Amino acid sequence: MKRLGLIVNPVAGIGGRVGLKGSDGLDVQQRARALGAVPQAQERAAAALESLRPLAGDIELLTAPGEMGETVARRCGFDPHPLSLSQRKSGETTPEDTRCAARAMTDAGVALILFAGGDGTARDMSAAIGNDFPVLGIPAGVKIYSAVYAVTPRMAGDLAVEFLRGGRVRLLEAEVLDLDEEAYRKGQIITRLDGYLKIPYRRELVQNQKVPTPASEAVQAQAIAADVIEWMNPDMAYLLGPGTTTRALAERAGLPKTLVGVDIITRDELLAADVGERQILEMLERRPLGLVVTPTGGQGFLLGRGNQQISPEVIRRVSRENIRVICLASKIAALRGRPLWVDTGDPETDRLLTGYVEVVTGYHEKIIYKVMAGS
Amino acid sequence: MKPIAPKPMPRRFHQARWDEPVIFELSQPGQRGVLLPPVEAGIKQEVGNPAQALPEAVRRRKPPALPEMSQIHVLRHYARLSQENLGVDLNIDVGQGTCTMKHSPKVNDQLARTPKLTELHPLQDESTTQGILEVMYRLEGMLKEISGMDRVTLQPGAGSAAIYTNICMIRAYHASRGEDKKRDEVVTTIFSHPSNASAAKVAGYKVITLYPDEDGYPDLAALKAAVSRRTAALLITNPEDTGIFNPRIEEFVRAVHDTGGLCAYDQANANGILGITRAREAGFDACHFNLHKTFSTPHGCGGPATGASGVTDALAPFLPVPTVEFDGRKYYLDYCRPQSIGKTRPFYGVAPNIMRAYAWIMSLGADGLREVAEIAVLNNNYLMKRVLEIRGVSAPYAKGKRRIEQVRYSWEQLTQETGVRSEEIETRVADFGMHYWTSHHPYVVPEPMTLEPTESYSKADLDEYAAMLRHIAEEAYSNPEIIKTAPHNSTVHRTHHEPFDNPDEWAVTWRAYQRKTGQSLAPGPTPEERGE
Repeated sequence: MKRLGLIVNPVAGIGGRVGLKGSDGLDVQQRARALGAVPQAQERAAAALESLRPLAGDIELLTAPGEMGETVARRCGFDPHPLSLSQRKSGETTPEDTRCAARAMTDAGVALILFAGGDGTARDMSAAIGNDFPVLGIPAGVKIYSAVYAVTPRMAGDLAVEFLRGGRVRLLEAEVLDLDEEAYRKGQIITRLDGYLKIPYRRELVQNQKVPTPASEAVQAQAIAADVIEWMNPDMAYLLGPGTTTRALAERAGLPKTLVGVDIITRDELLAADVGERQILEMLERRPLGLVVTPTGGQGFLLGRGNQQISPEVIRRVSRENIRVICLASKIAALRGRPLWVDTGDPETDRLLTGYVEVVTGYHEKIIYKVMAGS
Repeated sequence: MKPIAPKPMPRRFHQARWDEPVIFELSQPGQRGVLLPPVEAGIKQEVGNPAQALPEAVRRRKPPALPEMSQIHVLRHYARLSQENLGVDLNIDVGQGTCTMKHSPKVNDQLARTPKLTELHPLQDESTTQGILEVMYRLEGMLKEISGMDRVTLQPGAGSAAIYTNICMIRAYHASRGEDKKRDEVVTTIFSHPSNASAAKVAGYKVITLYPDEDGYPDLAALKAAVSRRTAALLITNPEDTGIFNPRIEEFVRAVHDTGGLCAYDQANANGILGITRAREAGFDACHFNLHKTFSTPHGCGGPATGASGVTDALAPFLPVPTVEFDGRKYYLDYCRPQSIGKTRPFYGVAPNIMRAYAWIMSLGADGLREVAEIAVLNNNYLMKRVLEIRGVSAPYAKGKRRIEQVRYSWEQLTQETGVRSEEIETRVADFGMHYWTSHHPYVVPEPMTLEPTESYSKADLDEYAAMLRHIAEEAYSNPEIIKTAPHNSTVHRTHHEPFDNPDEWAVTWRAYQRKTGQSLAPGPTPEERGE
């Protein structure tokens, strides 16, 4: 009998209806309640469970206790096994509760975890269990920039059913993104890449920052990797920015890659993983470095978001002809004509990188795209 | 008397759904379509085994694995499949934007089917094929006039093949100047037909694609950043697939010429500019037409297509062989062209399509061609007005301006408000016996739909199509489930696209299907077991 996990972040979405643009932090949640907000998460989770009902007799449903899953599962006619975690008073659950439940479920050997929440919940899932374990988001939060959520709660249920029945569903690493809520309340949209989660994927059922392309993202990333490896000088070392597209390059070269970190590689060797600015500068003392970078997150930030290790000084010392920008055509199309951005914190360095740049989108395929300074 | 009430819109429709097996699954060992009488002994003795007359190398060692079926079962199978089909003669075919689906007049089909044409063989002596050679020669002359080019070849078997022919001629041109190694890049735009990028890639070029500026025009500044001494060519469509004409096209051509590159004009979208603008005046070195689009011959599934490549004198030496020439007395094929790129297709062109296109142009005359363009543009702008009245749809770029012959619309607003996507509407459209396609990847225009009404459709046709879209949009807002679970009245099913780029998963032949899924039908008896 397959085990399915269910975690509901009971406060997800509470800020949305009352215009608070997010629900992170206890004080925001309290303000939301004071404004008359009603949490959305239980209803959302119930809609997903509705799709799962035909499987009720064939799966074992593990839930977090109380309003974190157990209550709604019972309401929907399931006979859940709640985890024996300490139960909070209603309205006082914390991110640590989500993380705890996620870890307990992977330990219990569930096949998939469904979690109802928003970007913050996805970030907690990713922090707790990384990207090796299949999970899928039921959209319930105010902000959903992350690509780990189904389009609707029902679709989350449908996709889970298909996955649990052993259907032909691919697993895909999807970006966990989050807005800086403080900045957002001031009207600035700044997202950052917080990590990745592994999700069962069906294009029409999953929310995606990217847009349909003829070839799958994996195939495109392979083609980009082939192009860049051909371009790489065998005697040089390269900084590899974060992202799945840069990781595909490392994979093609037979090397490991940290997903959210910056690594240094040659064509056939990993020299250093997850380096900071200081290590990069030290390496630059010894040998020249090139740079391969891809925009991460939804806004097309090339440098200055999620890869600050690649600092203005690093960029100045890597000459422009040794920089390769790579990007999936689907991500470029999703920018809707908006430019790529650099925001290194140093206007002089930003200027070096702005204008029209070549972006590798496939093997011997490039586009010319505008890069602007975000500062 | 009471007036007869008009039929309600959208039209009610129900298509056949036969759940028909693949023909191989219908095979019954020993069944035959036609039983031939046994050969008389005397004849057998006289002729012997006719297979022995064939060279050993071309003789099959074992019979081909074809289905064995009686005639009536074959007929029934294909008649059923034909009922599960939708074609230009059956529906208001405006939904296949960029394809220029127009009516192919049946009289031209009749001409193409006369024994005078069908009984010709391409290897016949020229003295016996003067008629079709004259038609080819004269059609070349017409296309020269329409494009302003100096020569035109009718050899390519499709639009993509014509683009490929053009890029091969451009490559040969650079090679003749010793620059082919140096010039290894081709520039195109994201709203040009994807065939431009792919044909260049097949010819071995690196491809640089330009994205549009805020107004939807190809970005001139990006072009200037893209071109260099490495540029072999610019391959560009105009109007682009958005239906927007690039008013700076001359500047584009000049910027490429300034670096020594050449420019080829993809005129697949020529239907709205016939008799109005020409590739020559915009400075192009080469262009191509799809006879199966602008010149009304049937598309691929109705027979092979035809692409016509036009070039200036500078590229003419590189034309594929043979060219069709006239010496004042007779027409002949000229193979003696030492700089030719050779052949991009066997023989000289798809003769029945050349005949149809020739007849179509002759029936219209020069003024008629211009009228075609004007009506196509009028139809398109009328339909745009009707479509933009529908809730949830928009026409991105060039706000407030008219379009040429097609529009790439976006259902983005409807998707945001109802969750219904363009690909789902596409499936629902089939429930009304109509069609549109969404093959516009990557979706630079979100949730795209491209409509191209051509000159063939009446105002009532366009109203019917718009009424159907309006009905579906209303469903999206009131009852999205009906769209999400479509089709209800049509043959088509929903397909999952994910395996399409995985060679281990997709199968386009029965044999590959069996191999890749690890399944097979039980093998039939061998000829020996059948007593043959």
